[in-house]
Amino acid sequence: MTGEASPLAVDVAVLGAGPAGTGAAIAAAAAGRSVLLIDEAPAAGGQIYRKLPDALALARHDAGDTDPDRRAGDTLRRELDESRVRTAFGWRVWSVIRSERGFRLDAIGPGGAHAVEATVLLIATGAIERVVPFPGWTTPGVFGLAAATPMLKSQRISPGKRVVVAGAGPLLAAVAAGVVKAGAEVAAVVDVNGPANWLAAAPALGLRPRLAAQGAGWVLRLLRARVPFHFRATAVRALGDRRLEAVEVAPVDGGARSRPHTAAMTIDCDALCIGHGLAPATELPRLLRAECVFDRARGGWRPDVDGFGRTSVAGLYVAGDGAGILGGQAALIAGRTVGAAIAADLRGTVPVVRASWTGWQARRFGAAMTALTATRSAVAAAMPAETIVCRCEDVTRGEIDAGYDAGARELNQLKHFTRCGMGPCQGRSCGEAAAELLALRLVADGVVPDVDAGRRRAGQWTGRTPLRPVPLSALVGEFSYDDIPVPEPAPL
Amino acid sequence: MTAVRTGPGMLDVAFRWNGSEIRCRAGETVAVALLCAGRLDLRRSPRAGSPRGAFCMMGVCQECLVRVDGVLRQACLTPAEDGMCIESVGSEAGT
Repeated sequence: MTGEASPLAVDVAVLGAGPAGTGAAIAAAAAGRSVLLIDEAPAAGGQIYRKLPDALALARHDAGDTDPDRRAGDTLRRELDESRVRTAFGWRVWSVIRSERGFRLDAIGPGGAHAVEATVLLIATGAIERVVPFPGWTTPGVFGLAAATPMLKSQRISPGKRVVVAGAGPLLAAVAAGVVKAGAEVAAVVDVNGPANWLAAAPALGLRPRLAAQGAGWVLRLLRARVPFHFRATAVRALGDRRLEAVEVAPVDGGARSRPHTAAMTIDCDALCIGHGLAPATELPRLLRAECVFDRARGGWRPDVDGFGRTSVAGLYVAGDGAGILGGQAALIAGRTVGAAIAADLRGTVPVVRASWTGWQARRFGAAMTALTATRSAVAAAMPAETIVCRCEDVTRGEIDAGYDAGARELNQLKHFTRCGMGPCQGRSCGEAAAELLALRLVADGVVPDVDAGRRRAGQWTGRTPLRPVPLSALVGEFSYDDIPVPEPAPL
Repeated sequence: MTAVRTGPGMLDVAFRWNGSEIRCRAGETVAVALLCAGRLDLRRSPRAGSPRGAFCMMGVCQECLVRVDGVLRQACLTPAEDGMCIESVGSEAGT
């Protein structure tokens, strides 16, 4: 069976090699601790600083590579190479349990099954993208907005020849500008926010002038390419049978003062990238039963952590977007703080609080950007009954409402009633939308005063192993039936 | 209409998708190679039987599940390699 070879023992296991995890691993190793940094990807960087595959990098002729994210990633990877951090890339961790030492991790990686025993576990698994479902969003050619980032940056393709970019937040401009730069056409940028929302976020832009300049550069590129912007609007239907052919766009209900900025229209396109912000990836805190809080302004449910990333579970830490969405720069700074704090906690000393102006700025900036992507309940409420919410199990909004009518008040009940969230993605794609729909019903029935209270009532999926699908053959490995212990039958 | 490659790079990796040859650059994932070849429709959903293709491109959604040399893999996480034999899961999709 799995992990029968004795597990690798370390002081600190770090799960996720994005900016938070890598920064933390380097800091903890610098303080003399043995650290194992684990990620599913073949290199450190996470999604934001994802490494270009060597073959595609060699094919690059643009020697003056000016992408700041790629340069930041290369700097971080160099720092990691020079550190004493041990890395385990290409590992898919499928189980984490409490053990005598602290935590036991089981993973599938190159060469088969691996096991790790760690005194401390740092979760730095970042975020998952939230996409509010709409009819046709399962059509091939519709992608998540965050999906465009690896396509443009680490694979050097544009998702289509004529692309609609839709959703919320700064990623809209980043992706649209990337598509233009790649030589493809952006048919439209469709933003659920209006200019007023962006103006409200503007003061925070001054805190990170370099990022603000990067954003201004994206917008400039889009204006020069005469890309049409549709504000306070969203994609309401994807058209096409076996592949995307067009997108219907309509104004978002903006409440009392809603003069629609955009008339309903149909836009021909061969790709749609759509995303409504990020949510902390909470599967590990949930699995280990760490306390979580619902915090819409920081992406939704997040583990309740202190300034040093400590959760309610002894020895379990969370850093970066997984502790609440604040973006890559804040994640790297938080990672370094949490890594040093872990080393101090293991030494039995008090971690040093260092007031950091840069850290404060990065958090303020990240919070303003995250606020632009906070779930709009109105967008979820407008979803027609035939909309598939759970992509894996083809569960529609109508079936979720029927589940509520049959008595499901909480997300796990809904799962039992409808199979929503029971498929191979394990509720990662549909959880946010399903919970929001339950919350809206709870408000409508007067059970709770507002949607956030509804979300708290609806709760989260219970965390379960395997954390990701793994082939049984990889876990079982080579064995002989004779080696399987057969317990004595119970006495009659 | 289909996804477009940017920058240079020879299409010197060849694999088979449901029997036909697909060529791509070294370093591309199976999902990206299929996308650039105009093969968006990778499988059918189990209940509604509706066409599905790559969606999240980062290993979360499981929509791009394919069979690579007989083993279920996520196309978006699998680097394309010369000589791979890749098939859609189920029979209807992938043409």
